[in-house]
Amino acid sequence: MSVAGITETVQYLTFKLSDEVFALDVAKVREILEITNITKVPQTPDFMRGVINLRGSVVPVIDMRLKFGMSETEQTVNTCIIVVEVNMDGDTTVLGALADSVQEVVEMEPESIEASPHIGTKLNTDFIRGMGKVDCRFVMILDIDKVFSSDELAVVQGAGD
Amino acid sequence: MEEAIATYREEAGELLAELETSLLDLEETPDDNDLINRVFRAMHTIKGSGAMFGFDEIAGFTHEVETVFDMVRNGKMTVTKRLLDLTLKSRDHISYLLNIPEGEELDRSEGDEIIAGLRQLVPQIEMPQKGSDEVPVIELPALSEDELANECTWRIRFRPAHNILMCGTNPISLINELRGLGKAHVVAQFDEIPALDELVGENCYIYWDIILTTTRGEDAIKDVFIFVEDDCDIKIELIDRSGLIDREEGYKKLGYILVERGDLSPVEMQKVLMLQKRFGELLVEQGIVSPEKVQSALVEQQHVKSVRKERSEAPPQEAAASIRVPAERLDQLINLVGEMVTVQAHLSQVSFAGGDPTFIAISEEVERLTNELRDTALNIRMLPIGSTFSKFKRLVRDLSSELGKEIEMETFGAETELDKTVIEKLNDPLVHIIRNCIDHGIEMPEVRKAAGKSSHGTVCLGAEHSGDSVLVTIRDDGGGLDRDRIRAKAIERGLISATAEVSDKEIYAQIFAPGFSTAEKVTSVSGRGVGMDVVKRGIDGLRGSIGVDSVSGAGTTITLKIPLTLAIIDSLLVKIGKDHFVLPLAAVEECVELTAEDIKNSHGRNLANVRGVIIPYIPLRQHFRIRDQRPEIEQIVIADIHGTKVGFVVDHVVGEHQTVIKSLGKMYRDVKGVSGATILGDGTVALILDMSVLLQSIEKLEHAGM
Repeated sequence: MSVAGITETVQYLTFKLSDEVFALDVAKVREILEITNITKVPQTPDFMRGVINLRGSVVPVIDMRLKFGMSETEQTVNTCIIVVEVNMDGDTTVLGALADSVQEVVEMEPESIEASPHIGTKLNTDFIRGMGKVDCRFVMILDIDKVFSSDELAVVQGAGD
Repeated sequence: MEEAIATYREEAGELLAELETSLLDLEETPDDNDLINRVFRAMHTIKGSGAMFGFDEIAGFTHEVETVFDMVRNGKMTVTKRLLDLTLKSRDHISYLLNIPEGEELDRSEGDEIIAGLRQLVPQIEMPQKGSDEVPVIELPALSEDELANECTWRIRFRPAHNILMCGTNPISLINELRGLGKAHVVAQFDEIPALDELVGENCYIYWDIILTTTRGEDAIKDVFIFVEDDCDIKIELIDRSGLIDREEGYKKLGYILVERGDLSPVEMQKVLMLQKRFGELLVEQGIVSPEKVQSALVEQQHVKSVRKERSEAPPQEAAASIRVPAERLDQLINLVGEMVTVQAHLSQVSFAGGDPTFIAISEEVERLTNELRDTALNIRMLPIGSTFSKFKRLVRDLSSELGKEIEMETFGAETELDKTVIEKLNDPLVHIIRNCIDHGIEMPEVRKAAGKSSHGTVCLGAEHSGDSVLVTIRDDGGGLDRDRIRAKAIERGLISATAEVSDKEIYAQIFAPGFSTAEKVTSVSGRGVGMDVVKRGIDGLRGSIGVDSVSGAGTTITLKIPLTLAIIDSLLVKIGKDHFVLPLAAVEECVELTAEDIKNSHGRNLANVRGVIIPYIPLRQHFRIRDQRPEIEQIVIADIHGTKVGFVVDHVVGEHQTVIKSLGKMYRDVKGVSGATILGDGTVALILDMSVLLQSIEKLEHAGM
């Protein structure tokens, strides 16, 4: 019943996009920032919100709500940038992901994680590693490497022309 | 050990480069003993440390080549072109052996061929007949009568550094090597061994006196100590031979007087010799020699010493003046300086806003220091471009002989300094340009003679400073570019229109178009039209520009203009809406206003009239789809892009800005017109615009739209 590839008890960071709760493997998360000034790079798709200054290095920020087909993230007091380390073509790339609010860090047993259903999530199922349960609520565990794979971001190429 | 091997690889690489340079220089001046010695030394070191770190194949192979050069050094052979050809090939082979991946089967045929060739050159001397994979011992050629007459006796005082054993050298094996050179008497000296409680077990406290009679010269003895001469005290003195050098004779006699008088035992004399000042004083005290004479002898002695020192230690001394630092550590330094520049910009901003004079003074001081720090830090990465020149000499030499042309290479400005990464990235473009010069530019010797030129052509490669850029010039005295043929080809390919009046410069620029070639046949060297495209892209990547000038029948000159560094640039900070953008200042010519009136007058066309000259402009606001309200008066930043003037319309020009270039990373690698980002004083990110790419993409858009 559990998902292949998830065999250990892992800590997950849960966050909200709109009213839905998503989760990320804590090992992938580098830090959480308050939302700052984002500089838009021209001729890129809307979900690529731009770049920020993270202590002297330039880090791209992605709007996960737009990426998952929701409306654009609005700035509130709770809006955060989750800085994640993504494995892109074998290299570790640092990316920022916009979230409406960050919830908590929870532990989930592998047995409590189920494979995501093929239909009904209205999301690309490749993005989802599994469905966990926290306090009787479903939590979608994202496969962040897939969400931010270079293929997914290749849309940029077309937009440049 | 891993680390030691990596260091060996690195050092051997440098030695190979030095070897190559020396060999090429040797070709011009075959009698230069200094060069021959340099070649020999380089090979000897490669061999010796190769054997030390388990590169037996290299040690064995190099030994063979070295043996031949030993004969050259001893005047038994002359430097010929064939010898140099083979030695250059050996250099390549050593390089191949050095970089062979682990586990891969190595190809011995090349090496065997070279050795066979070298052996042919020296048929009279028996070369060691054994597999090249064994570590060689020094082999002695049979002594001829002539050589026996040259026999002389040397006194060698070998005082190893205390830590010699820990460095992995066994002094006994060195002494045994000396024994191999001839008849030797070895006396070990124990007087420096400390009391037991002070004794460190790993140290070597013994030193040796060796009296050696050999036909081999002083160099052969020195070669034994070549790896330890920096750390150990080694004295080699000629004590028995008819034709002594004058100055050494004078130096010797002083000591002998005392020994003959019986005041000093030879051992004592040696000891005193080590403390020369006391030796001199002793002489004076005994009233044998006047103080002046001692003084003069000491000067002479000092002189001999310094001459020797210069001769034998010149390379290590050079090495001591520099430090080997991993490149990433330098990059880190540059990054830190970059951040400092950013913080400093913020500080200036805040201090001026505050208006406190003391604060402003401090901030200005910090600004001055930061600028100096930045310049110094960037300077550390600077290398003289000459390090790449010898590689091209080799290229010219090999290619010209392959094509049957007679070509010489001249260089100038080898000391011109450029950022290390820039030099590395310049390599490929230069290779392609020089290949083109040789293949297309310079004619065959007969053709040259018929045209009244000397039969051998010249390729001149040089570098010079010009403002914040370096100009790299590649000039040949060949046939020049065929303007009409390039034009015809460009028209055929639709690059220019048949009716257009095009300047020579624009026509010559066509040779950089991808796939452009006027060559009828593709040779092994060039003709596919790929090379010049590589040049163009490489130079664009360095934010540089290319200029071509050609005179029919007299040659072509290609000038590459390269910015000094890639890390920090001077730029113009501009604003569109709320966003900041940065334009590299190097290309910016002037800024003019653009009013709503002007826009109306040009009937919606993006053309501005600047002092009677029509200049097309790009409204960046529209191009970037920035939705804010347009200000009443906009600014046009006019830039010179490869010789054409283009305006970029922005809202405000903020001013000059020192820009630390940051990469935008993988995600934005395909965005056209944005080459990077920088962090402004207030912490926000501004994008650096690549004006020439912007122009290209807009040209493409407009042409597609028509």
